[in-house]
Amino acid sequence: MTIVAIDRLPTSVPTELARGRGGGGPASKRVVVAYGFWIFILSDMVMFSALFAAYAVLRDNTAGGPTGAELFNLRNVFIETMCLLFSSYTCGLGALSAERRQPGRFLIFAVLTFVLGAAFLFIEVSEFARMVEKGAGPSRSAFLSAFFTLVGTHGIHVASGLVALIYLGGQMIANGLRAAVLRRLLCWSLFWHALDIVWVGVFTLVYLMGDWH
Amino acid sequence: MTDTYEHLFDDRTPGVEEHEPTASYLSYTVGLALAILATIASFVVSQTDLLWPPGIPVGLIVLAFAQIGVHLVFFLHLGSGADSTNNILALAFGMLIVFLVITGSIWIIANLNSNMMSMQ
Repeated sequence: MTIVAIDRLPTSVPTELARGRGGGGPASKRVVVAYGFWIFILSDMVMFSALFAAYAVLRDNTAGGPTGAELFNLRNVFIETMCLLFSSYTCGLGALSAERRQPGRFLIFAVLTFVLGAAFLFIEVSEFARMVEKGAGPSRSAFLSAFFTLVGTHGIHVASGLVALIYLGGQMIANGLRAAVLRRLLCWSLFWHALDIVWVGVFTLVYLMGDWH
Repeated sequence: MTDTYEHLFDDRTPGVEEHEPTASYLSYTVGLALAILATIASFVVSQTDLLWPPGIPVGLIVLAFAQIGVHLVFFLHLGSGADSTNNILALAFGMLIVFLVITGSIWIIANLNSNMMSMQ
């Protein structure tokens, strides 16, 4: 039996022999890590689906309190949506710069991503504060409980994403773009894109359909 | 080093466009443009009578699915290639659970509501 060192494998290996599908040995750590994180993200989506279901079921139970159409400010929601969308875009460009070992460019995109994410969070929190001030807090009606749980959980995800981004930026500055840091960045960008996908569901179901109702 | 060949015959990783690095900036920008279009369309549809009013929720749901598809393809780079099979299968299973939880809840509660005795 001949043992072929992995670096001697010819580049013309047919894709049928690719690693992770039974040929050529196990998948690389990077693929395994990202796949595991992908599974986590999908489980997070399943958790969000329960909150979406609760909101969809409880949206009309306003207990005589304010309805969505009375409370929501669609202009702010549009600005929030654009902040998060552009932040997802700069996050993607940042991940690309990191892949290409361009730390300076990566840092610029990371700062942009952070600022846009923070702007999103700021608008959301001030919106929440305004609603609570008007007496439309989470304890007012089942509709508002479901609203604050769903949108608040998404907001907490964004906030923890921002904290993780600071932590990753620090790691990048301290250690450079090493393989381990790159893997964490890759996972982080998956998380951030997934949050934008959840937000598409939020603004459609909660804000736009709530306003139409 | 193994790194040199790693990208040539690996599984695809969600979020990474490994095989056509030159097209990547373009693909993110195309994704951004399509997502902005879908977002604006959603807001316009919800605020105007462009669609037949009872059809507006359906229109919004269709636009949301379109935008989610754009995000998956252009931002998460989930393609239809053989290398993405594992990622797509995991996604399909996740979406099955999401679908069951949401439609199941709405269906069951709507049924309960319609069978409830009137409070008056």
